[in-house]
Amino acid sequence: MNDLPLWAAIPVALLLLFGSALALIGSIGLVNLRSFYARVHAPTLGTTLGIGSILLASMLYFSVLQTRFVLHEILIAVFIVLSTPVTLMLLTRAALYRDQREGSSEVPAVLPSDPPEKEVP
Amino acid sequence: MSVMLLSGAVLIAQILLVLAMGCAAWRVLWGPRAQDRVLALDALYVNAAMLLLVFGIRSGSTHYFEAALLIALLGFVATAALSKFLMRGEVIE
Repeated sequence: MNDLPLWAAIPVALLLLFGSALALIGSIGLVNLRSFYARVHAPTLGTTLGIGSILLASMLYFSVLQTRFVLHEILIAVFIVLSTPVTLMLLTRAALYRDQREGSSEVPAVLPSDPPEKEVP
Repeated sequence: MSVMLLSGAVLIAQILLVLAMGCAAWRVLWGPRAQDRVLALDALYVNAAMLLLVFGIRSGSTHYFEAALLIALLGFVATAALSKFLMRGEVIE
């Protein structure tokens, strides 16, 4: 562990604790919540603000340590922000499809009078 | 002073992240259905990327950043492929 000036060490420590606490809260929600559609919301707490603040702490730490701007952590932030909604939407659509096929009472059933979905070109 | 503050914060952050990974692993092992397991696997990947970033801060080397980027990439590909599989029954059509 290298020596950092105190004005940089305090925000780095606070951001680390904040980010990891958010990740833990999200994962506890993943265990505690009742249904799958409620559980989908919980880990997004860690994948947005949690990883964002840890990346910010890492950027600040290495920028002060090497006395130059170290900004390559933005790459992870952009990637996670782009990919998480896409994958969770895919997963939720798959889960909804599976529940509807089983006729689960948890989701609204597909009515036979519903018009079929149009193919998106 | 700042070394003590920072190493304490890094230690607590590591403990919290490992607990978060434990919760996600519990859901992977005992998830009632397949979609719960896939969701928990995605959360596990993101928590592992965060833990690697904290390891990077602890060791002061930027090599852990590449490992975290790689884990984030693989997590996206794995979750997309698994949800495609749950939807269609095959990954590549």
